[in-house]
Amino acid sequence: MNAIVDSRTMDPKKLIKGATGDWEVIIGMEIHAQVTSKSKLFSGASTEFGGEPNDHVSLVDAAMPGMLPVINEECVRQAIRTGLGLKAQVNLRSTFDRKNYFYPDLPQGYQISQYKSPIVGEGEVVVDLPESGGQITVGIERLHLEQDAGKSLHDQHPTMSFVDLNRSGVALMEIVSKPDMRSSEEARAYVTKLRTILRYLGTCDGDMEKGNLRADVNVSVRRPGEPFGTRCEIKNVNSIRFIGQAIEVEARRQIGILEDGGVIDQETRLFDPGRGETRSMRSKEEAHDYRYFPDPDLLPLEFDQGYVDDLAQHLPELPDAKKARFIADYGLTPYDAGVLVAEQDQAAYYEAVAKGRDGKAAANWVINELFGRLNKEGKDVTTSPVSPEQLGAIVDLIGENVISGKIAKDLFEIVWTEGGDPRQIVESRGMKQVTDTGAIEAAVDAVIAANPDKVEQAKAKPTMIGWFVGQVMKQSGGKANPQAVNEILKAKLGI
Amino acid sequence: MSVDQATVRRIAHLARIAVTEEEVPHLQGELNAILDFVEQLNEVDVSGVEPMTSVTPMVMKKRQDEVTDGGIADVIVGNAPMTEDHYFMVPKVVE
Repeated sequence: MNAIVDSRTMDPKKLIKGATGDWEVIIGMEIHAQVTSKSKLFSGASTEFGGEPNDHVSLVDAAMPGMLPVINEECVRQAIRTGLGLKAQVNLRSTFDRKNYFYPDLPQGYQISQYKSPIVGEGEVVVDLPESGGQITVGIERLHLEQDAGKSLHDQHPTMSFVDLNRSGVALMEIVSKPDMRSSEEARAYVTKLRTILRYLGTCDGDMEKGNLRADVNVSVRRPGEPFGTRCEIKNVNSIRFIGQAIEVEARRQIGILEDGGVIDQETRLFDPGRGETRSMRSKEEAHDYRYFPDPDLLPLEFDQGYVDDLAQHLPELPDAKKARFIADYGLTPYDAGVLVAEQDQAAYYEAVAKGRDGKAAANWVINELFGRLNKEGKDVTTSPVSPEQLGAIVDLIGENVISGKIAKDLFEIVWTEGGDPRQIVESRGMKQVTDTGAIEAAVDAVIAANPDKVEQAKAKPTMIGWFVGQVMKQSGGKANPQAVNEILKAKLGI
Repeated sequence: MSVDQATVRRIAHLARIAVTEEEVPHLQGELNAILDFVEQLNEVDVSGVEPMTSVTPMVMKKRQDEVTDGGIADVIVGNAPMTEDHYFMVPKVVE
């Protein structure tokens, strides 16, 4: 293992105020990501979620005597691809070890993991911070392959626990970060970004509700400038929001103890979202002696550089590269580009709209109108009632000055609820913008004639022109070209 | 290297093996005899030699990612002392 290095410069804005001064919180994370594969890491049983109890279990997963593990090549491939996506070193030779502990949902009595020689070494993840702004780089310490355990149910019976081994033996990637995060926001942003990368790569679906991505969060606090403090590990936090909350309450708890003159015990804790507190998992205290040793059932995992290079060549475009391309090719702001690339489907939808059109206008419509509406209805782009072609046509109609921006919103609404070709709808429902200056002039004259007092006011206070524009637009049913209205009004009012 | 009696009790507990107080001194002797025997290996200079994780000079066999097993819940829980709806039942373990 590498020595722990403090890679960050202290940022006063991120400190937590205590009763006796400021504190800095230090966060590192171990993410367990379920590898996307059809069958398990060392057996041919299905990895499918759900399923009848113990139906996706082979004799290997149940650790019956004499059974031997045989590694799934797809899981190896996925781990290497993930390592490449994290710009990490891929180790051409790695080994499997046994991590020994007793628990009813671990039938082997040990978990096959990689301790001394993981398949992937050091890498990094660049993380944007949407709330406080800026960007941080979080170091990756390692990524290794290991088996998941089964599931225990404690609420089915008064005195017995029920054990289902369907998940037992499913491949996990444990992705260990360096202690490079300094606030709950940074930690949430890191998990969000890591999840996006995994989903782009297709190596983990990132479904936190199903437990396919879970985090162990290491938290410690210190006075700015001092060495790292004693850390506590919060186990198995299963949502990004809870990760943030768990860090906040754990940092507060530690600060409280230290300010009262106490010391932090290094221990494993659980976050209780209902009570908003972390509590000690005392029963596991003694279990920390895992007595790792090389698994004699498995040979070293070896492949050549050509295998890795081939996988590298076929990686999809990753979020950072896509974001940079959106900024360069479509003239987007980093913020908009970041929003669009957060999910691959969103980015693809945007590109379909933006192709051959004004990229900024397309981004505005996709982010503000479409995403806003999808969010409200609990849908995403894959279930959007408005197709990229339809949205593109709306953007075209605005660009060609056929409809105004305001009418375009009405048109979007019609396409959303009724469907249809936007051009035909504009045509058949008479939504075209009035650019005929004669008609606009007539409307302007009418408004001026009806409001002599307002005309006087406008001469003294030119910003009043907005009121006139509004009136004329109203008269035209929103179809007058606002720019033309503005110009004609200026001329007629002499301002 | 040698183990004391507390270590013997701890190893036994970690391995979930019941060891009576009377057995401890005897086991301590046996373990230390084994450790003494292995200790002889320290006489060999292994600097620069990579640890050997396997004695067979072959590449690990890998499987294709196909579902070829499972669907045998009856067999899986067949030897369990207590089951219900194909779940194993064990004395309650709650954190």
